[in-house]
Amino acid sequence: MSEEEKRLIVTKIKDGTVIDHIDAGRALYVLKILGITGEEDFTIAVVMNVESKRMGRKDIVKLEKMELRKEQVDEIALIAPNATINIIRNYRVVKKYKVDVPKVIEGLINCINPNCITNQKREPVRSTFLVKSLRPLILICKYCGEEIHHEDIIRQLTGV
Amino acid sequence: MGSLKNKDIISIRELKNDEILDVINVAKDIKKNMKSYRDILKGYILATAFFEPSTRTKLSFQSAMKRLGGSVIDLPPEEASSRAKGENLADTIRMLECYSDIIVIRHKIEGTAKFVSEIANIPIINGGDGTKEHPTQALIDLFTIYEAYGRLDGLTVGVLGDLKYGRAARSFIFGISKFSPEKIYLISPEQLRARKDVLEFLNEKKIFFREKNDYSGILKDLDVLYVTRIQRERFPDPMEYERVRGSYRITKDILKDVKDNFIILHPLPRVDEIDFSVDGTKFAKYFVQAANGVPIRMALLKMILVE
Repeated sequence: MSEEEKRLIVTKIKDGTVIDHIDAGRALYVLKILGITGEEDFTIAVVMNVESKRMGRKDIVKLEKMELRKEQVDEIALIAPNATINIIRNYRVVKKYKVDVPKVIEGLINCINPNCITNQKREPVRSTFLVKSLRPLILICKYCGEEIHHEDIIRQLTGV
Repeated sequence: MGSLKNKDIISIRELKNDEILDVINVAKDIKKNMKSYRDILKGYILATAFFEPSTRTKLSFQSAMKRLGGSVIDLPPEEASSRAKGENLADTIRMLECYSDIIVIRHKIEGTAKFVSEIANIPIINGGDGTKEHPTQALIDLFTIYEAYGRLDGLTVGVLGDLKYGRAARSFIFGISKFSPEKIYLISPEQLRARKDVLEFLNEKKIFFREKNDYSGILKDLDVLYVTRIQRERFPDPMEYERVRGSYRITKDILKDVKDNFIILHPLPRVDEIDFSVDGTKFAKYFVQAANGVPIRMALLKMILVE
């Protein structure tokens, strides 16, 4: 079955966003960080564990009428660093790009070191991480040097 | 040649090798010609902000500034300052910045020095933060080794004690590893092993290292043994502490087979990890090392403030 046919398991969307190449099993996390509850008045399609040449298995999320802000794409990159974003207009892909883990991640996640300056409530400081490794994703606190691993990053972003 | 003018000193890892050697060379000259430096920082003010106890670091910084002709202001203990009224660290630093030209800070919260360096427009020196960094101690350690050997590279070094929580040992390992040591032995009880990032740093630099439970069999190979305190409170079980402490104790008797020019360093304070009988031997360099705190810190203050 071709990639195109697989997408057709779920109907094409007219206008909106398709988030493809999400690591298998993480589509629900992506919905969670986008704040999607199912109460929305537009079509949302979630396809999980479909075959992928590149990834073995992958998840796909389709969002009718929804376009993503830069911060949302950055968060998706931290959950699913291989994801691609497809912008759809009138059933056609008008723009396609890979998510990119930002070089500096500010304010999105907390340092796991309770003794880090960024965990002091009364100081004007935002948590800031630099990328130590992309695969697997490991970030490093700019202030105290503590490492944070992908599972912890996902846990913090999704609260799951 | 790297310049330290107006630079913050946050971590020994951020200093380039030639910058470290420059500091050492200036410290060497200061030690020899102390008096000729006495007016160099006239009119400059150092602020010391120590939120954790300190004897050597604070006093040697204050002494260094005064020996260079500068003056010193000191943040009073919490109960005597506005912090008792709830002032946060950022505001305290903004105030100190108006009153001084350079700040040395020590804090138990990790990353404080980095944070403060972003707030202040004047240079910040990290006088120790949490369990992570103590860059000026590492410079003193390297200077003491340089005086003994005339070089920093190619040495076989043992680091003994609390390698997990001890910031002096940690900064020393980072510092000496910049100079391609022949071998590094990391000697500690299992629960106080060096952290993963230290081992990764050694691997990245392709340095031969071994983790050991005790020093038996390796003392005779060493050029330098860096001893640190093992704190009783790190052990959940006091019996376990009593059991291991003897294995980390240096006495005169165990130094029979060491190399002729072997040296022992310790950032001090010591409790009983180096027996007093060692003090009189030619291997004991820890008091020279403590004295080197002043010239090294003079060199740093000079290089940061006036070049």
